[in-house]
Amino acid sequence: MTTDDELLAGFTDAEEDSLIPILQEIQGRNGYLSAEAIVKVGRCLKVPTSRIYGVATFYNQFRFEPRGKYHIQVCRGTACHVLGSATVLENLEKELKIKAGQTTRDGLFSIEVVACIGACGLAPVICVNTTFHAKVTLDSLKIIIDEYRDAT
Amino acid sequence: MELTIKINNTPVQAEPGELLLDVLERQGIRIPTLCHMKGFFPSGACRMCVVENEQTGKLITACSHTVEQGMNIKSHSARVIEARKTIVELLLSNHPDDCLYCVRNGLCDLQDLAREHCITERRISGAKNRHHLDLSSASIVRDPAKCILCGRCVKVCSEVMEVSAIDFINRGSNTVIGPTFNKGLNTSSCINCGQCIMVCPTGALSEKNHFAEIRDALNDPTKTVVVQYAPAISVTLAEEFGMAPGTDINGLLNAALRKIGFDRIFDTTFAADLTIMEESAELIHRIKNHGHLPMITSCCPSWIKYAEEFACDFLPNISSCKSPQQMLGAVLKSYYAEISNTEPENLYVVAIMPCAAKKFEGQREEMTQRGISDIDAVLTTRELANFIRLFGIGMDKLEAETADSPHGVRSSAGKLFGASGGVMEAALRTAYFSVTNTELPQCKIEQVRGCTRRKEATITMGDLTIGVAVVNGLSNAKTLLDEIRNGRDDLHFIEVMACPGGCINGGGQPLHKNPEALKKRMEALYQIDETETIRVSHQNPEVLALYQNFLGTPLGNKSHELLHTSYCQRNVLL
Ligand code: SF4
Ligand code: SF4
Ligand code: FES
Ligand code: FES
Repeated sequence: MTTDDELLAGFTDAEEDSLIPILQEIQGRNGYLSAEAIVKVGRCLKVPTSRIYGVATFYNQFRFEPRGKYHIQVCRGTACHVLGSATVLENLEKELKIKAGQTTRDGLFSIEVVACIGACGLAPVICVNTTFHAKVTLDSLKIIIDEYRDAT
Repeated sequence: MELTIKINNTPVQAEPGELLLDVLERQGIRIPTLCHMKGFFPSGACRMCVVENEQTGKLITACSHTVEQGMNIKSHSARVIEARKTIVELLLSNHPDDCLYCVRNGLCDLQDLAREHCITERRISGAKNRHHLDLSSASIVRDPAKCILCGRCVKVCSEVMEVSAIDFINRGSNTVIGPTFNKGLNTSSCINCGQCIMVCPTGALSEKNHFAEIRDALNDPTKTVVVQYAPAISVTLAEEFGMAPGTDINGLLNAALRKIGFDRIFDTTFAADLTIMEESAELIHRIKNHGHLPMITSCCPSWIKYAEEFACDFLPNISSCKSPQQMLGAVLKSYYAEISNTEPENLYVVAIMPCAAKKFEGQREEMTQRGISDIDAVLTTRELANFIRLFGIGMDKLEAETADSPHGVRSSAGKLFGASGGVMEAALRTAYFSVTNTELPQCKIEQVRGCTRRKEATITMGDLTIGVAVVNGLSNAKTLLDEIRNGRDDLHFIEVMACPGGCINGGGQPLHKNPEALKKRMEALYQIDETETIRVSHQNPEVLALYQNFLGTPLGNKSHELLHTSYCQRNVLL
């Protein structure tokens, strides 16, 4: 039995309104929602996968690819926005050649957009795994990424 | 208890709970709508139908608001007209504007609205999302760039068909409509019925076009190009040429096809009769030999794909008969190829169908003989109409002609295949004769006729009494199958058609907005049945000749090899 099956076994009589909690729990365990997991949830709740995918893509929190070794959260909260987080994100996406929600082919990096992560004084902020990087500029961004790259 | 409201200052009576839109329509006031569909729960998504409520000073959507005592509704105040115009402009702001290259050019609700609202310049310009044209399906093309997110296709797919192959994906300006994981439609549970095309207000959904292949085949001197047309075509094509719904133009259809240059013109209704010979024999065989019952019809390829995905427990119940399109294809590429001295690979078979799913069916792997497909291309009624226009054929100048032998004669029973209940009625006429050796009295089974979603009857044939049911719209099929799953056991024979009302309302039919058209088309088929002399499939002389010269007997070896098939579970994203 895989973990997804175990998890879903606890939701045998669940209805469609448990969809989001179930997805959150699966993502919490696996770091993302795999195609197999979505199919299994659909079968368990008797909800078409198209609807599950629709619901899941409505929220920023769900991702459909496993996280990279270095998972980069880019804050798009108000303070960070004011200090240029949009450009940070744009450059990060360009640098890594992926979009937010995706993972690089080599599995090294993934990007996630998050709302305020409570470090507004350090804006604009990115957080790699658990390490915060403050007052990110385009130059420092490049250095940060290169450092992680070299570390492997 | 009636309410009184005012519409444009005129007092009007209304029932409590009535939608404003319906009340306005009764007053002869047309309100533009996009997301609204009659009979479905309103989503209020597009805001196109706004009217002004003077009582509150607010703009409200007529499609989702019910009448309230004392309302004074302004249907076309300056404010309303301006709001609607802005909505259209917003919809156009990220639209590709390639109307000239669009299948729906001239048949598009968005174009109509832009014209009605005198929009002659782009006032609002929005960023365009990059979208992929989805050509993965054998039947349906999706062009999300032209989608205005009205959600009608999503509703039809989930509520009428119980399939839910597509849904809204993402949020805000990134929203698209698509299958799970935003992949190609071919990975989804889509059953190809094409009802989404029928409700789409724009060119975002259309049938996969087979125009070029057919043109090339017609121009290839090594190819003999033969054509067959489904029972429903002759009573719907007329609407494409401005004739009244329900006009039967079978003779003109034959003439037009000959003018286009098809070498032989055959009638799929001939094959419908052939199907009935096989299917009624199969039914009696199953009843007498304790086979899987209830037997379920197999003519509708959307229903078949649905069953292969969602109702695998019923696969043994589905008749092994191929559909008429495929039976005729198989006979043409074997028997007809032989008697006409044509190599099967040089025989190009075109089928004209009311249906998008027939395109998918035509390319199913089982539907081949020694690697040669039984059907080479499928055209919808709409595509045929375009062909006729392309060849400059004036339908009003044509003289009626007949189809060609040996597959051009039909019974009126086969013709009934076009309407929900028709396969049932035709099969029972022939089954009745097989069991009792007499013809069914009056040759008519009123209980299985009409547009209702489910029809049931009990039929006595000699000492045999059987229960039959007819459903159209797969949500209704699902309800019936669930009853059987829960132990219902009085049924022997079920007819399932995916499209509401049957093939006369198929996904390849003329795009119409006339709610009466469906009834008229159905009446036309019943009228044909009233007036013709061969009213049962087992009296079709060409079908009898085919058995004598080639097939042997129904359910015989040859039939088994050519006219029957099998089904299996499909691995798609449900
Ligand atoms: S594809 Fe057509 S019917 Fe479906 S949401 Fe888009 S515009 Fe509406
Ligand atoms: S009901 Fe007729 S038109 Fe509709 S999918 Fe089935 S065969 Fe095609
Ligand atoms: S807005 Fe970015 S940390 Fe608060
Ligand atoms: S038609 Fe009323 S909101 Fe779309």
